[in-house]
Amino acid sequence: MHTPLLEAHDVKVWYGAFQALKGVTLPIQAHEITAFIGASGSGKSTFLRCFNRMVDRVPRAKAEGSILLNGEDVLGGETDVIALRRRVGMLFQNPVPFPKSIYENVAYGLRIQGMRNDRGIKLWRQRRSADDVEASEDALDQIVVKSLRDAALWDEVKHRLDASAYGLSGGQQQRLCIARAIAVKPEVLLLDEPCSELDPISTHHIEETLINLKSTYTIVIVTHNLPQARRIADATAFFHAGELVEHGSTKHLFESPQQKLTQDYVSGNFG
Amino acid sequence: MRRFQSRLIDGSMSVVFAFVAVLTVILLLGIFLFLVFNAVRALQTIPLQDILLSANWNPVSYTKPVWGILALALGTLIIVLLSLLVAFPLGLLTAIYLSEIASVRSREILKPLIEMIAGVPSVVLGLLGLLFLAPILANIFQLSNGLNALTASMLVAIVTMPSIASLCEDSLSELPRGLRDASFALGAGRASTIIHVLLPAAKSGIAGAAMLGLGRAIGETMIVLMVAGNSLSVPRSLFDAVRPMTATIAIEIKEAVTGSMHWSALFVIGLILFLLTLGLNIIVDILVRRRIHT
Amino acid sequence: MKRHTPDRLFLNLCRLAAFLCVSILLAVLILLIIAGGSVITWSFLTQTWQHQAIESGGIAQAIVGSAIVGIGVVLLSFPLGLGTAIYLTEYSRENIPKRLIELAIRNLAGVPSVVIGLFGLAFFVHGLKFGSSLLAAIATLSIMTLPWIIAASVEALQSVPRKFRDSSFALGATRWQTIHRIVLPAGLQGCLTGAIISMARAMGETAPIIMVGATFYLTGFPHSLSDRFLALPYHTFILATQHAHPQAQSYAAGSALVLMMLTFLLSSVAIGIRYRIRTRKVW
Repeated sequence: MHTPLLEAHDVKVWYGAFQALKGVTLPIQAHEITAFIGASGSGKSTFLRCFNRMVDRVPRAKAEGSILLNGEDVLGGETDVIALRRRVGMLFQNPVPFPKSIYENVAYGLRIQGMRNDRGIKLWRQRRSADDVEASEDALDQIVVKSLRDAALWDEVKHRLDASAYGLSGGQQQRLCIARAIAVKPEVLLLDEPCSELDPISTHHIEETLINLKSTYTIVIVTHNLPQARRIADATAFFHAGELVEHGSTKHLFESPQQKLTQDYVSGNFG
Repeated sequence: MRRFQSRLIDGSMSVVFAFVAVLTVILLLGIFLFLVFNAVRALQTIPLQDILLSANWNPVSYTKPVWGILALALGTLIIVLLSLLVAFPLGLLTAIYLSEIASVRSREILKPLIEMIAGVPSVVLGLLGLLFLAPILANIFQLSNGLNALTASMLVAIVTMPSIASLCEDSLSELPRGLRDASFALGAGRASTIIHVLLPAAKSGIAGAAMLGLGRAIGETMIVLMVAGNSLSVPRSLFDAVRPMTATIAIEIKEAVTGSMHWSALFVIGLILFLLTLGLNIIVDILVRRRIHT
Repeated sequence: MKRHTPDRLFLNLCRLAAFLCVSILLAVLILLIIAGGSVITWSFLTQTWQHQAIESGGIAQAIVGSAIVGIGVVLLSFPLGLGTAIYLTEYSRENIPKRLIELAIRNLAGVPSVVIGLFGLAFFVHGLKFGSSLLAAIATLSIMTLPWIIAASVEALQSVPRKFRDSSFALGATRWQTIHRIVLPAGLQGCLTGAIISMARAMGETAPIIMVGATFYLTGFPHSLSDRFLALPYHTFILATQHAHPQAQSYAAGSALVLMMLTFLLSSVAIGIRYRIRTRKVW
């Protein structure tokens, strides 16, 4: 076991007077897929949102404790939240492409960092073919192409990069969101039930993509889908009523859990 | 460097927007202050009971100008009450139709149409009142001309009705679906459901709508200017000509010498109107915790 | 089915009410056309006003005046209104300043138009020394349109789904970047609808402009914003109530008809945009 990429220490979260998370301590290893499982309201999504400080967006939310990313505390007061979110990306439950073209969706994260196309390229004037874009030496183009490839979407969209993202199917849209997230080259990817609204085939595509991506990124996924966790996660953490009940390698957690509560959950006795 | 730039811009923009938003508060305060500022001369010189309780308004008299607004206030009162008597039921029933009875298609067509009524400028309604409604009413009731409180009220009702209908419709459609289902499941008919379940449930919104209509009617100027008859005596019946407070301001402000007592007295009337509508709005606020809805 | 008769009575009453509303609208349009349709000729629309011989003149100046006022009002109040709306939906939290601003907006919307006219007279005409002018009228009417624009813009911006903002923030965007790259483009059409409707309503207001700059006697067109001006609603009013010519009221109706057509045109554009937004159904 190497030093974990992320270390959470005694993280607590309140929404107003209600305590949603009661002191969670958990290491996340680099280049692994870690799954958070648990019933609704167990706090797993809340915990996920601490890693990129999206928990700040909830009104009256308060977080305590520390989460170390490469030694720096993410929950600290002086943390540059904007910079943090470029290192820790997030995907949501329903695919949320922006009302823009496919190209612009992927390029969004880069444009807000000030990146622009080379002067020779005026996107709104030229209709460029897939080959043009592929062969282009423009930095922005190259990142867009690579991201779409890594998200296993390039072949399906290369001929309609200028088309609206809403023309894509649900599964494609979610892969677009993955491409958009990895375009900014984060270290960590957080996914909150990314497949819950997708059909089994799209789910399978996404799971394959995630497995391919883990060599480059560290992935944390919240899921209700226990078989999914068994399929793709290296490590799993089980949450219940705001507490971390048990965590460890997926194999051990599912086959020989140490807590009865875990046993009950993974065998489907409640959920 | 870029990150610093975008952070700087982000910070400045939030200041800009906060500043712009505060402008509205400043504006409202400013209006109040300017009204007071210009009214203070009259308020200091003329005893309050002479203003509020006297029915004689003659600011330009040579011998002794008098500033009693009672007749004017009664004019406003008659028109407001009468128009609300028509506009409120009309608006409420229309709202019920839109919210509970109309098909989706009908609603799509009808709602914008009713909004368009709100878009008819009141000067146009005043004109039509002059040309058509007044002569007709004069004929029916054997009057010399039809320029009186009744005619004006009917037209003010038209102007007030859309906002009442709109707010009532919002209140009704915001009621949870379950209310209706529960009532139907108990065997109640549509009308009973509406009357006994929905209307009581929406009562604060509906009361708010009435208050809103009240405020709108109080502030109506052009219609009353054109068809209410312009008489300064105390109105005794619906068929009397009246001159409400709003019309008084509009008619006389151009002739009043800036800064004179007459000018100041007109601002007193303006101040009274401002405080009236402010008070009504606060009541509506308490009744209806609504989002910004004008 | 005796028990259902009172039921049906009530429902029919409601239908009658709705029907009445539509009839009122139709009656307004039809009566206006009857009263004023005959005077609408090309020369009526394009000639300048002749006091003594109103048959030979036209309302061109009034149309231009109203147009300038309408456009000016939107140019002034739309940025301010949109800015306030952005503050309310994107920046503010549920605290006292926010409720105060919302209260102020609602109350501003309820102030009678004469009172706003009084304020305009005291503040713009005399206080800031704009004089009776287009500028004073534009400024005064902007006070009226501000709450309308804010209300419409808030609604438009709130209808942009929260998840768009979340996704943008999750990618490391600042608040302003999220606003101008995602929220504004998505909500702009709705905001514009509000602006167009407010413009139409402002053009129909008479009482405030009586007090701050509208006139009936003008040769030629206004040259600058500090000139007095003719406007359709005021023109209608004077013709209807104070002109001695036997045909005056027909010409009043003619002016009113032109005003209504302009209002109608603007409203239709706004409704059209709103319909397009609704059927777009993208999110």
